[in-house]
Amino acid sequence: MNVGSGITYLDIAQRRKVRNNIFRVIVIVLSVITISPIILIISKLIIEGIGQINLDFFTQLAPDTFQAMSAKMSGEKIPGGIVNGITGTLFLVLLASLMAIPVGIMAGIYLYENGNKRYAGFIRNLTDILQGVPSIVLGIIGYIWIVKNVTNGFSALAGSVALAIMMLPLIVRSTEETMKMVPESIKEAGAALGVPYHRIILKVMIPSSFSGLMTGILLAVSRIIGETAPLLLTTLGSPVINFEIDKPTSAVPLLIWNFYNDPNMIDLIWSSSLFLMGFVLILNLISKRIIAHREKN
Amino acid sequence: MIENNIGIKDPVLSIANLSIAYDEKKFAVKDVNAFIERNAITAIMGPSGCGKSTLLRAINRMHELYPNIITKGEILLNGQSIYEMQTIQLRRKVGMVFQRPNPFPTLSIYDNVIAGYKLNGIRLNKQQRDDIVEKSLLDVTLWDEVKDSLFKKGTFLSGGQQQRLCIARTLAFNPEVILLDEPTSALDPIATAKVEELLVDLKKKYTIVLVTHNMSQAARISDYSMFMYLGELLEHGKTEAMFTNPKNPKTEEYLTGKFG
Repeated sequence: MNVGSGITYLDIAQRRKVRNNIFRVIVIVLSVITISPIILIISKLIIEGIGQINLDFFTQLAPDTFQAMSAKMSGEKIPGGIVNGITGTLFLVLLASLMAIPVGIMAGIYLYENGNKRYAGFIRNLTDILQGVPSIVLGIIGYIWIVKNVTNGFSALAGSVALAIMMLPLIVRSTEETMKMVPESIKEAGAALGVPYHRIILKVMIPSSFSGLMTGILLAVSRIIGETAPLLLTTLGSPVINFEIDKPTSAVPLLIWNFYNDPNMIDLIWSSSLFLMGFVLILNLISKRIIAHREKN
Repeated sequence: MIENNIGIKDPVLSIANLSIAYDEKKFAVKDVNAFIERNAITAIMGPSGCGKSTLLRAINRMHELYPNIITKGEILLNGQSIYEMQTIQLRRKVGMVFQRPNPFPTLSIYDNVIAGYKLNGIRLNKQQRDDIVEKSLLDVTLWDEVKDSLFKKGTFLSGGQQQRLCIARTLAFNPEVILLDEPTSALDPIATAKVEELLVDLKKKYTIVLVTHNMSQAARISDYSMFMYLGELLEHGKTEAMFTNPKNPKTEEYLTGKFG
């Protein structure tokens, strides 16, 4: 059939088919490009790092350069592990969480309750800006506030303050968003029983949005767990296990930085990175599971 | 001045010159005067936006949850002003059930019944708790259905069961008045019939005030009816009298379906 100027419907259909196919190929190529870095990274980490991961890796202190060098020269595996880094990271995350979670949840509740007031909008914008502050700047803040003035030296406290500031905006916003999802009728149910406002928040709202709050916290933790820059200026690193808040402390990313600066320890870079990557991956999977579980109910 | 020409003998609530406004100009309730009879069901009817829910919520001061609300006039519960009572005391005496069943999603059936005590931090021993739970669930005819799954989440129940659980939660405080805001509008006909039957049974012990959209429900179960229109209480009387012989032409138009 003729559609004027000599083009038939068949031609149009044919052209559409061709365009469809071109588009499909472009989409596939682009998505392969998108996922290829993560696949390359994970496979590289596994290939290079798995050899060093054994029981010692989780129970021994990081080796010094001499131990690593002599092991290398005799063709053996580098001895020791990263237990000072693992305990340090967990300690820092714990301290940062103790500071950021209560403050973040309170601020999130405030934003939820007073969402349309001007002051709340101001706080919300500041939170967004805080999220964009480069982590090295927070490291400098931690150095000036805590290292210089409070602990008079590099300390776990200084590092965890910097990390807590990084966690804060994520927890504030996720708290606000989850609270919004709790139906208004549940609050009314509490009020109708004469429950005072603060008890409704504590005993009704927070338990009802627990899974959402957990997800926000886990994502915030996975965000800070690999941070190196702020820790370089605050906790410095330590060759031993430390659980004192006013002493320098090691962390896995700090160890990776140290290993990188020591040509004898290359192998430990890969295994430590693999460990860190795996840890973040597990946190992400757990939070995904929590979300899926919540949506099912 | 509250008129009492409809034969109310023992008013538990007296509402005098009650006006409620959400802002200076917009009155939701205008100068309402009424007595509410003890141990009877009073139905508040009227088209959407007539102020019936606001009036109901004013009785246990739930309307104060809205910001900038203006309330004038007086409500007396057994002769005592509700504005002089603490909200917790008032809400223990005047319970409320909502349009959609709203059991606390994180609490078990058992804990939902005693939620009023639990959330207010009122300590009870195990025997007291068990007694209150059993008695309240028996009162709402839910005991036989849930006695083997008391520690499951309340949200696993059907809609009708959840609504009866919410009524049980109110009964646990042993209130004098129960306010219900369209309690069956989210339920299927069978569940609705059960709740209605329950309300008729409960009026022996409690005073019930019910907001309803459903005229036939008001006709079926209420003893007294109030008809509200644009915030005003146009007619208040014995349900039978009002449905057979409405005094106000607007009431008649509403009851015969001319608007609504």
